[in-house]
Amino acid sequence: MTNMIRLHTFHGGIHPAENKHQSTIRPLGRAPLPAQLILPLDQHIGAPARPLVAAGDHVLKGQMIADADGFVSAPLHAPTSGTVTAIETRPVPHASGLEEPCIVIEPDGRDEWLEHQGLAAQLGVDDLRDIEPRQLTAHIRNCGITGMGGAGFPTAVKLSTGQQQIDTLILNGAECEPYITADDMLMRERAGDVVRGAQILLHIVGARRCLIGVEDNKPEAIAALNQALVNLNEQHHIDVVTIPTKYPSGGEKQLIRILTGEEVPSGGIPASLGIVCQNVGTAAAVCRAVDHGEPLISRITTLTGDALQQPQNLEVLIGTPVSHLLQLAGYQPQKKERVIMGGPMMGFALPQLELPVIKTSNCLLAPTDQELPPNDIAMACIRCGMCAEACPAELLPQQLYWFSKSQEFDKAEQHNIFDCIECGACSYVCPSHIPLVQYYRFAKGAIREERAAQAKAERARLRFEERQARKEREEAEKEARRKARAEAAEKAQQEKKAAAAADAATPAAGSPPDSEALEKLQKKLDAAQTAKTRTQEKLAAARADDSLTDKVPALEAALVKTQDKIKELAQEIAAAKKAAKAAPSAEAAAGASDKGDPNSPERLKRKWETALARLETAQKRLEQAKADGSDTVTALQDGIAKQQLRVDEARSAYDAAINGTAPASTTVSAEEIEALQKKILAQQDRVRKMQERYDMARAEGLDTVDALAGGVKKQQDKLQQLQQELAAAQNPLATTDNEAS
Amino acid sequence: MGLLTLSSPHTHGPNSTSKVMANVVLATLPGLAVMTWFFGWGSLINVLFASLVALASEAAVLLIRKRPVSFFLKDNSALVTGVLLGLALPPFAPFWVTLVATAFAVVFSKQMYGGIGNNPFNPAMVGYALVLVSFPVQMTTAWALSTQMSGSSILGFGDTLQVIFAGHSTLADAYSGATPLDAYKHLIGKNTADTVLAEATFNGWLNGGWEWVNMAFLAGGLYLLARRIITWQIPLAMLLSLSLCSLIFGWDEDMYTPLSLHLLSGATMLGAFFIATDPVSASTTPTGKLIYGAGTGILLYVIRTWGSYPDAVAFSVLLMNFAAPFIDAYTQPRSYGHQKARRGLPEKN
Amino acid sequence: MSAALWTIVIAVGVLAVLAILFGALLGFAAVRFKVEGNPVVDQINNLLPQTQCGQCGYPGCKPYAEAIAGGDKINKCPPGGESTIQALADLLGVEPEPLDAEHGAEKDVPTVAFIREEECIGCTKCIQACPVDAILGAAKQMHTVIADECTGCDLCVEPCPVDCIDMIPLSKDTTTWYWQAPTSGVELIATDRRPLTGDAA
Repeated sequence: MTNMIRLHTFHGGIHPAENKHQSTIRPLGRAPLPAQLILPLDQHIGAPARPLVAAGDHVLKGQMIADADGFVSAPLHAPTSGTVTAIETRPVPHASGLEEPCIVIEPDGRDEWLEHQGLAAQLGVDDLRDIEPRQLTAHIRNCGITGMGGAGFPTAVKLSTGQQQIDTLILNGAECEPYITADDMLMRERAGDVVRGAQILLHIVGARRCLIGVEDNKPEAIAALNQALVNLNEQHHIDVVTIPTKYPSGGEKQLIRILTGEEVPSGGIPASLGIVCQNVGTAAAVCRAVDHGEPLISRITTLTGDALQQPQNLEVLIGTPVSHLLQLAGYQPQKKERVIMGGPMMGFALPQLELPVIKTSNCLLAPTDQELPPNDIAMACIRCGMCAEACPAELLPQQLYWFSKSQEFDKAEQHNIFDCIECGACSYVCPSHIPLVQYYRFAKGAIREERAAQAKAERARLRFEERQARKEREEAEKEARRKARAEAAEKAQQEKKAAAAADAATPAAGSPPDSEALEKLQKKLDAAQTAKTRTQEKLAAARADDSLTDKVPALEAALVKTQDKIKELAQEIAAAKKAAKAAPSAEAAAGASDKGDPNSPERLKRKWETALARLETAQKRLEQAKADGSDTVTALQDGIAKQQLRVDEARSAYDAAINGTAPASTTVSAEEIEALQKKILAQQDRVRKMQERYDMARAEGLDTVDALAGGVKKQQDKLQQLQQELAAAQNPLATTDNEAS
Repeated sequence: MGLLTLSSPHTHGPNSTSKVMANVVLATLPGLAVMTWFFGWGSLINVLFASLVALASEAAVLLIRKRPVSFFLKDNSALVTGVLLGLALPPFAPFWVTLVATAFAVVFSKQMYGGIGNNPFNPAMVGYALVLVSFPVQMTTAWALSTQMSGSSILGFGDTLQVIFAGHSTLADAYSGATPLDAYKHLIGKNTADTVLAEATFNGWLNGGWEWVNMAFLAGGLYLLARRIITWQIPLAMLLSLSLCSLIFGWDEDMYTPLSLHLLSGATMLGAFFIATDPVSASTTPTGKLIYGAGTGILLYVIRTWGSYPDAVAFSVLLMNFAAPFIDAYTQPRSYGHQKARRGLPEKN
Repeated sequence: MSAALWTIVIAVGVLAVLAILFGALLGFAAVRFKVEGNPVVDQINNLLPQTQCGQCGYPGCKPYAEAIAGGDKINKCPPGGESTIQALADLLGVEPEPLDAEHGAEKDVPTVAFIREEECIGCTKCIQACPVDAILGAAKQMHTVIADECTGCDLCVEPCPVDCIDMIPLSKDTTTWYWQAPTSGVELIATDRRPLTGDAA
């Protein structure tokens, strides 16, 4: 150490029995390949990784098998070569014992590396300093490096400090938890990697200095680091700082306070103080990634506890089952079996042993009952305040306990429960043996859940209100339309009345304006239908063309509007027709034939003939299409069917007209037929639409083709059914007509 | 279901409630020894009898409440209540005074609130206050004169038993009298300090053995401090505020009780280190403890000087018990990472 | 004038002055420290779970909030359950009542609607029923539920003509799971026997 660092201290803290010697007797080993590697997709804080492989794929060691999904996320790499046997939910190492998606790899034993090289070699530069920090950060991200200390925060995210000017890089080698020696062994045996990682990190964040904080109970590690500093000639930027042993000095906030005397603001990050804090393990992983191109596929894990015959530190592949490791260390199951992942203060007890080691698993502790007796029965809190004396966050644990227990969460928040780092110091000193941390975890979880529920309720309220507003708006619009129509109808009625009064002498004059209006309406309807077809075509085109997707909603809206208009017009026509029908039928009875009357036999005949001619043209076209093998065949067939229908319709209308006025009963059935016909038209429309979609899907090779084909078939069936019904309805009509004649 | 899963931490320090309570009892022993030395067997008999009553009443209530008896008796909290009451009551107090005080303390002031940890008031002081207002004669005259003052040796063990349990109070007449605090307060004003000290009660000694008793309790208190069972704030604040009041108002020995008598007589040290520091009913925040201690000291002086009771540890502690939750709410410490403390009650929306 | 009369006059005068003084003070305080609180309907509405399920008999939470403000009972909200009743009772200063079973029971676990999509015929009936527009789809097109927006109100289940909507319980995952409060020792043991988890102290 060349610079003098003035040490500070943090409030509280405890001195539990260290129990570190057991696992440092044996040198760092390497765990043999297990039969199976289980890699949870969510080993870090943030979004779970997105799998890039499928079951059955062969992967090479170091190959990326799942990519980061979002900014705060980290990719996952194959720890060895082998076959992906499954991507499924498996129990993951989490206090809940729940299952999460995992990639399962069966090693092939060859341990074959994907070709890889250091970033400098990749980019063809000689020196680290020639590489842009951004590139380095991206590389670190691609190598799947997350915080190795405990929480597993993606390192690249932590290094993306943005606008913040970073002054100090802190490497956390305090390792204050009892039993754990993974960082200790790393610093002893791979001090060079740690210091090299510190160099890289210094370059990335642009910090002036780096402090490596190590507790004074690790003299070998401190010596090794100092030697590495000399070897790499880095004594001037990087200092190994020996700090007093006190739990939890390895907490990020506590370490920052010890080394700089500053406090990370509540809810803030160290970067706001110009500090970036990384674990020594993370630094070593960064070194492996940048200098050698190796992604994070293994870590050092401490196997310790009196239930193990050979406590030791092993370099293990991520995904190695816990049971495999315990067996290696000579595990003797106890009466009350208990294995803790992490340390005795902050680790969690595993619900079972078929769980994988993940990127944050620094220790597997298998204690005997004598060694760590399971929690005693909690007694009542006597408010002695020893917890407050021990709390490194300067909270009032005892008050938090009362509030959590009585679920007075607002008060718990007022007492800064979210500043609790769950270090367990309060529980450790509590004379009443109250599981305080569990109460805080409960309160925090419940508060978070409540907040989420509140946010959801708020969203639901807004959505509900907006829906109500929309419905009201629609209602108002409908009402306005109805009113307008009613007014128009009344006006028409009045006019009619006036006309009727005026033309009382010439009763025949009443009908021509009616039929004219009808024709006008018909024209309007035709125009609307043409517009609709055009819009539909445009819509189809827009849907097909990716660049036009943003127009789709507008087109859809337009389509809906047009359809509404058509419907309105159709209704009006129907109304007009009905009105018109009353008069002409009387006229027809009087034997007067009017040229303007659409129901006159001549007109009907003309209509029939036109329809027939159209049918013939369509048939001809169909023939040609069939000959050409064009795919419009179905559409044409459809058209023909429609045309045929029109011909039949026209013909029956003509017949009816020729045969004089239909009896009252037939008028009713004619209306029914009209309804049926309308239905058929609508159905035809649907068939056409379905067909269009089908064609489009086929043209684009979408995988919905089959489903759509089925849909087309279904709709066509329905159409046929309707047509049959219509035919059935028409026949009796024809019969009655014949009989009448 | 295989493995044992519990929330972290999985390890625990050596501390336990019963050890804490046992340490408190241990720390009272020097004081008890000195009291026995100067005032005879009365205190010792009281302590033993009160402890017995405390344990018995606790066990009885636990049985009625259908709670595990041995589990709770082992926490030693009833023992502490009994010992403190035994020390606080006059050595020649009749057994039924001790009985009523202790039983009331344990049953009404502790168990009726839900047992250990749930009592808002110091149980021992509730019991003491009850008998003080109910039996003022016994409570003021059953004090023993110290061997230095009575000029003779202490009353024998058997005689003391007779005084306490059989009501032969006349046996103790020669050995009993008011405490120096009481006597000084009643005599001063009419007399000068010199003439008061010449009275028989004092016989030239200002404190008559009480200074040693208080020194012994101070030693016990320092032991508790060293063991980190109590914190320094409450005793220090209480003694300082008491001294300050005495210096400001009672500088004239001919008018008011002098500082030395305040500090080293009566239950001052017992109160400062053993009674006011009862964690359950006292303030818990560091600043809160200072305020709580200071408040206790001021009330102690006020009641001793202008009240009608000779000693006032019980009343001042009980009055401050009322204020403790309020004090705590407004004295939350600043937490790590915060510019300033968040105090008071949570804001509604 | 006699002295007694003077005394009375002075007493009355002093009282009158005091009355005016305090009246002015109160009046000033009423204006100066006026609390701009939420109208009570909004406060009630904020406590309701916003599932908009209509189980209370009103078409949504806001109408029920208005009804409560108008004097209706506070125990008609099954999705909110006991906790909501308690919160309402606290807010309104009334006695909490048990949930009125007539309006349904409180669900044990929150649920969300799920449409079995292969069975959906695209009738839009559920879309029209959903109070928070959490169902996506159009006529003749398959519908689906936006799980994040679904309040689990069950209103879409009834109208579905082919019964293709299930209410599935929302399961916890590792991000939403949290430790429950310990079942604390002292309060639970009624006898001297110690539970299995504890060893001799």
